[in-house]
Amino acid sequence: MGFKRKHLIGLEDATPEEIETYLNTAESFKSIFDRKIKKVPALRGRTVINLFFENSTRTRTSFELAAKRLSADVINFSVSTSSVSKGETLIDTAKTIEALESDMIVVRHSCSGVPLLLTKTLKSGIVNAGDGMHEHPTQGLLDLFTIREKKKKIKGLKIVMVGDIAHSRVARSNIYGMTKMGADLTLVAPPTLLPKDIENLGVKVDHDLRKAVKGADVVYMLRIQLERQKRNLFPSIREFSTLYGMDEDKLKLANKDAIVMHPGPMNRGVEISSEVADSEQSVICEQVTNGIAVRMAVLYLLAGGETNEIASLSGQGN
Amino acid sequence: MKLLLSAGRVIDPANKIDDFLDILIEDGKIVKVAKDIKDKTAKVENLKGKVIVPGLIDMHVHLREPGFEYKETIATGARSAVMGGFTSVACMPNTEPVMDNTAVVELVISKGKKENLANVFPIASVSKHAKGEEISDIGMLLNSGAVALSDDAAPLMNAEVMRRAFEYTKQFNVSIITHCEDKNMTIDGVMNESFNSTTLGLRGMASVAESLMVYRNIAIANYMGALVHIAHVSCKESVEIIRWAKKQGMKVTCETAPHYFTLTDEAVKTYDTNTKMNPPLRGAEDVKAIKAGLKDGTIDCIASDHAPHGRIDKELEYNYASFGIVGLETMVPLTLTELVDKKILTLEQAVEKLSVMPAKVLGLKKGTLSVGADADITVLDIEKKYNVDVNKFESKSKNSPFNGKSVKGAAFMTIVGGEIKMKEGKIL
Repeated sequence: MGFKRKHLIGLEDATPEEIETYLNTAESFKSIFDRKIKKVPALRGRTVINLFFENSTRTRTSFELAAKRLSADVINFSVSTSSVSKGETLIDTAKTIEALESDMIVVRHSCSGVPLLLTKTLKSGIVNAGDGMHEHPTQGLLDLFTIREKKKKIKGLKIVMVGDIAHSRVARSNIYGMTKMGADLTLVAPPTLLPKDIENLGVKVDHDLRKAVKGADVVYMLRIQLERQKRNLFPSIREFSTLYGMDEDKLKLANKDAIVMHPGPMNRGVEISSEVADSEQSVICEQVTNGIAVRMAVLYLLAGGETNEIASLSGQGN
Repeated sequence: MKLLLSAGRVIDPANKIDDFLDILIEDGKIVKVAKDIKDKTAKVENLKGKVIVPGLIDMHVHLREPGFEYKETIATGARSAVMGGFTSVACMPNTEPVMDNTAVVELVISKGKKENLANVFPIASVSKHAKGEEISDIGMLLNSGAVALSDDAAPLMNAEVMRRAFEYTKQFNVSIITHCEDKNMTIDGVMNESFNSTTLGLRGMASVAESLMVYRNIAIANYMGALVHIAHVSCKESVEIIRWAKKQGMKVTCETAPHYFTLTDEAVKTYDTNTKMNPPLRGAEDVKAIKAGLKDGTIDCIASDHAPHGRIDKELEYNYASFGIVGLETMVPLTLTELVDKKILTLEQAVEKLSVMPAKVLGLKKGTLSVGADADITVLDIEKKYNVDVNKFESKSKNSPFNGKSVKGAAFMTIVGGEIKMKEGKIL
């Protein structure tokens, strides 16, 4: 049976079964990475357009590589906000892109809701590569993939997620993904960096990192935007890093085999110390590698591919 | 030229009338209200099955002229008004240039007269250039025809300026209509701060940013003995503060808009920019409180905050879209459907909030069907069931979240100064 979705906007409405399918498919694709030829002909002849309204070399590169490893034709289209000021609207830009006869559009935008809006205007499949403070579903999936790979399970794990939850699309997608997969998730942040009624999503909230991190299996650190300090969301970088930064001392309180994650790019010495970032427990670089496999899985499944065909595909090579 | 409205049910709250009566109109005035009036020289309108009420007044609209004629003009706004059943509208000063000088006030009045549809009453800006720093020439603005003052274009953040505005204005016995919002608390906000803003990833505007300014403005006005009218009340705390203030005997009036008793911020979930307005759609508890406030009389008026915007203002990212929705052509059906049909208000109470009280707040000698009054009359068809269709709007703009909504009740006829301006969906 083919995958039912054509778009991936967020994990809010994903079922645990769908998430399993993404992760299992990613696992199959990852097994190709060790080969000399890391490419399969799954999306040969299809066109994937990376439509980025916000700079992001990392995410764009990851999607680009994922599409290329699936043999799709891929074009990067970066739109500076200046074209908006010239009078071209989002819809104009998107229609122009689709006129290039794309099959899938990977979109990143600083405004929440843009990918959903595009699904209503365009015929292409839409993949959300991060919209405002809303969701970043492929990041959520690659994080789940990494946890499952390292811990062999997700259900029942104690996860603490630390930092700027309020402004983070990564946090939102991960909250949906982790809770749906049965993890025990605690968010740790000052009240100013927690959005209203976040507990309604089935997570615990704490303000004491030392207390919350005790016995954790996964420690997930979020990037803090330093300019948030100007809006009084935290008093100083020094205080933030003292109370909410992960260092060796605090990490000792977690389980001995706890893994440390971060979506990147890191502010070393702020939310995470260099010692922790570079420690044995850190899986930050593996998150990046897994991102390619997960994005291959997402593009492949949304294009109508079936999980059980991957083995035969990878045999063909090209 | 005489006009006889016969066989309709007449509701005139000012005279405590709810009866089947005929109304005779001559030279723009009501000359007789009685049973079975016979007058062979009059043109007769048989209004059997319809409800005749004093002309409805929308005391909070944006007509966009001068400056933003692509959104609305006084001509299209006046057409929208009579189509929606409104005989008078009061328009806000956030035009370009701002209505802070007599020239713009006079322009708006003369354009309104030229259209000869609904009465158009300008509301002048309480501060020069709507900057909130210096008060405008309030006396001259009132002399030139402004009926009230407002900071709707940009809320007065400086309490000292607000104080002086109230203090200076009280000599003229007119209201200052205040948009209550602490702008420091709502920077970059696009919707109500709530669980929904959390999951949508949109920046919230906390309801306390509204309610604290409601309190501030009532407190200053009462300290000065001035008249204050709170625009578009949207949240529970504001209703509670106004209720409390009225109990203390403080002088305050207020309005809410149909979207605040019809929709919650659940509607934002589609990122439809027609759900973006300021104040924002609030939560279910707030809607409940608004309805309770309407029912117990805390909320005096219903006004649309008709805010036309072009497609280029609305077909955008949610963050970038303009705030506001059109409302002149949905206010009557929404009030009848959501309040009267659901027994929150009686028809008489609805008419008070749509006509009697707005006239009172604006100091207009309207809102009644008394003999001798201006023959501004609205005829309602309270049984008509249909779906809202924005493409049928007379307003130049179609930015409404109610497109397709099934409603019950409509304006059937709009009579201004004794002349029928709209009948059965046609402008005459």
